[in-house]
Amino acid sequence: MTEALLAVRGITKAYPGVVANSDVSFDISPASIHALLGENGAGKSTLVKAIYGLVRPDAGTMTLAGRPHAPASPREAREAGVAMVFQHFSLFDALSVAENIALGMENPPPLRDLSARIREVSQDYGLPLDPGRTVGDLSAGERQRVEIVRCLLQNPRLLIMDEPTSVLTPQEVAILFSTLRKLREGGTAILYISHKLEEIRALCEKATILRGGRVVATCDPRERSARQMAEMMVGGALRAPARAEVPVGEVVLAVERLSAPSPRLHGMPLRDVSFAVRAGEVLGIGGVAGNGQDELLLALSGEMRVAPGMVRLKGEDVGALSPSGRRMRGLLCAPEERNGHAAAADMTLTENAFMTARMRKGLTRGGGFVDWRGARAFATRIIETFDVRTPGPEVTARQLSGGNLQKFVIGREILQRPEVLVVNQPTWGGGCRCGGGDPAGAARSGRTGGRRRRRQPGSGRADGDQRPFRCPERGAAVPRPPRGGAERGGDRADAGWSARNGGRPCRLTVPPRPAPACSRSAPAGHGRGAGHDHP
Amino acid sequence: MNLSGISPVLLLASLMVASTPILLAALGELVAERSGVLNLGVEGMMITGAITGFAVAVATGSPWIGFVGAAAGGAALSLLFAVLVLWLRSNQVATGLALTLFGIGLAALVGQAYVGVRAPVFARLDLPVLGDLPILGPILFRHDAVVYLGLGLVAGVWWFLHRTRAGLRLRAVGENHDAAHALGYKVQLIRLGAVLFGGALAGLGGAYLSLVRVPQWTQGVTAGAGWIALAIVVFASWRPWRLLLGAWLFGGISVLQLNLQAARVPIPVEVLSMAPYVVTILVLVLISSGRGRAALAAPGSLGQPFHAAR
Repeated sequence: MTEALLAVRGITKAYPGVVANSDVSFDISPASIHALLGENGAGKSTLVKAIYGLVRPDAGTMTLAGRPHAPASPREAREAGVAMVFQHFSLFDALSVAENIALGMENPPPLRDLSARIREVSQDYGLPLDPGRTVGDLSAGERQRVEIVRCLLQNPRLLIMDEPTSVLTPQEVAILFSTLRKLREGGTAILYISHKLEEIRALCEKATILRGGRVVATCDPRERSARQMAEMMVGGALRAPARAEVPVGEVVLAVERLSAPSPRLHGMPLRDVSFAVRAGEVLGIGGVAGNGQDELLLALSGEMRVAPGMVRLKGEDVGALSPSGRRMRGLLCAPEERNGHAAAADMTLTENAFMTARMRKGLTRGGGFVDWRGARAFATRIIETFDVRTPGPEVTARQLSGGNLQKFVIGREILQRPEVLVVNQPTWGGGCRCGGGDPAGAARSGRTGGRRRRRQPGSGRADGDQRPFRCPERGAAVPRPPRGGAERGGDRADAGWSARNGGRPCRLTVPPRPAPACSRSAPAGHGRGAGHDHP
Repeated sequence: MNLSGISPVLLLASLMVASTPILLAALGELVAERSGVLNLGVEGMMITGAITGFAVAVATGSPWIGFVGAAAGGAALSLLFAVLVLWLRSNQVATGLALTLFGIGLAALVGQAYVGVRAPVFARLDLPVLGDLPILGPILFRHDAVVYLGLGLVAGVWWFLHRTRAGLRLRAVGENHDAAHALGYKVQLIRLGAVLFGGALAGLGGAYLSLVRVPQWTQGVTAGAGWIALAIVVFASWRPWRLLLGAWLFGGISVLQLNLQAARVPIPVEVLSMAPYVVTILVLVLISSGRGRAALAAPGSLGQPFHAAR
């Protein structure tokens, strides 16, 4: 064993009220791919930010290639040979590829020379890029190429990758992996952060597992099962949610040939989307993030109006109704962005409960006055029913953790007895326990549906992450590439996933049992080898 | 009514002069907004620059030193704004509006001693040969140095923003401050610099009014020029050359309405003096109605407070 490239010793970093890293130590060998694993909030991001100079640790030391490494800024880290590909927040949409790359370099050559080098390096690594294009127009995979090429141009000794595959298609993941292997052969060490345990098993030689800011285990991922690693991450046995058996009823929500421009800058227009949801059914909407899921949700919730006949609720055309009109008729939504969209961050839970439930729960009194007592009682009921961990309903939404607020906003809709419940990214940020037992997941809405069998709400959910498509869904609508030939992955598991889908669905799959195709990436105990060998 | 009294050559010549104060102020605001800071206090900084410039020019007898003082005055007021907005993270819109009110009041207070005082004369540059050209001479080459300074600054700002590394960083900070921070750029310092530059140019624009255009101190001498400057930044989609076009357009309208008044066009004077502001509103409505085309060009982080977690 050679000397470690990066030795981390006793790194500790505390923020007010939370210890992000506590006495973290590990080594990264040169020319290796080292995985950093942990649930959301386990302290992975803080740790890599410390290595990259964005966060200054309270205690602990680092050594890079035998020399002390204590970067005060990313610039110093880059000079020392550390480069980082971010999960988000690091590209400038309005600037060109070359300008974006120049911004991440210490001493960029003039733009013309830089463009030539970008072409050269990107060809060498099989990541073709046009330096003159505006980044906002690129696909998620191309945007990531920009970041990777930006790092490669600096010949880093250590490349940090934070959740690099979460926005990629399987084809793009395959390209990324071959690039990373090529880099490793060239002597670069890679610190790879991911939730996707199967990817880590395929790629990495060593894994450091964090839980609650501490290193809880170090292992060779090739010798462990995804399930074993998932259990190390959460510190306990995983149990898979069971599918609720509910008789399927009439069609409640029908979307027919839905086409609409995106109301957002750099958004994706919807093109010819059709599907139907029956009472008692859970329909999954899949696809790589940014391919029209958000726009579809806006069209369903009523935040974006659509042409007549495109969205029908129990046969009634609701395409021109406002969100309130749709709520009144039983079409309820829980958007992805919890603070700022699903809930007003600086208002109390009582106020937030009132805002979507005022009509269905009758929380206004004659002449438009707020029935505060009723609103408070409703908020309290949500908190109790859905196990929201909070001191009480007078706490502001901002004070809740992501997972708890998610339970609150979804519970708020479920308790209003929807006819149709639309949920976007319910397990996002909820950590890997979400589907497994956390009431936040769609699993619970399905179960609640079962419990309220009399009313049988149908439910649609959108999910960009390929992971939580398991139990409750009975069908999955999957976006399709814009131009003819679907770029299908070779392996069976990928069959339902396709590359650039451009806001169009490719088909409606009927009951993808036992598990839909999408569980291939098997994160945190939800896929094969994790959830499925479980009774 | 006698429209034949309006000479196109003189009209265009005075357009160059009339557009200079709003051009200067708008150019400064463009740089500040490109860095992501929306400073609605342009009017306040302009009028502060107008009085400090006037006071310094009277005290020293040199209009040039007066302009330097005006830039310093405008920058000082914008420093106050920058501290409030960047470090104390107060709301940019509200702080900007307050800055305007504060600047107008401060200028009126300081200006009490200067009412009726004459400013030292600021000489015109009559460029030999070029100034004698027919038509083009009076339009382009018989102005004072600040007019040419304004034109030079348009080119300079364009070159800075699009051809230098520092300009690229400034645009990056305005486009996505989180990403810029993640790359290790000093978001706050870059924004401070941009805001100070904006303040200094607004001050210059104000002093051009009190030292050259009017040229004396009267209360409210800027008369809404700062608001027009803000509007033409949006009109120009945050691009320097289009900004010049916008400044000429609005300068032209205000000159034209003066000429129409002089020609005794039977329209109430009030309606004519409203014209530039009405056109400002119309232009803003037209631009923003074009399916968010203005929004498309706006810096991504414009007006958003930046909070770095360390």
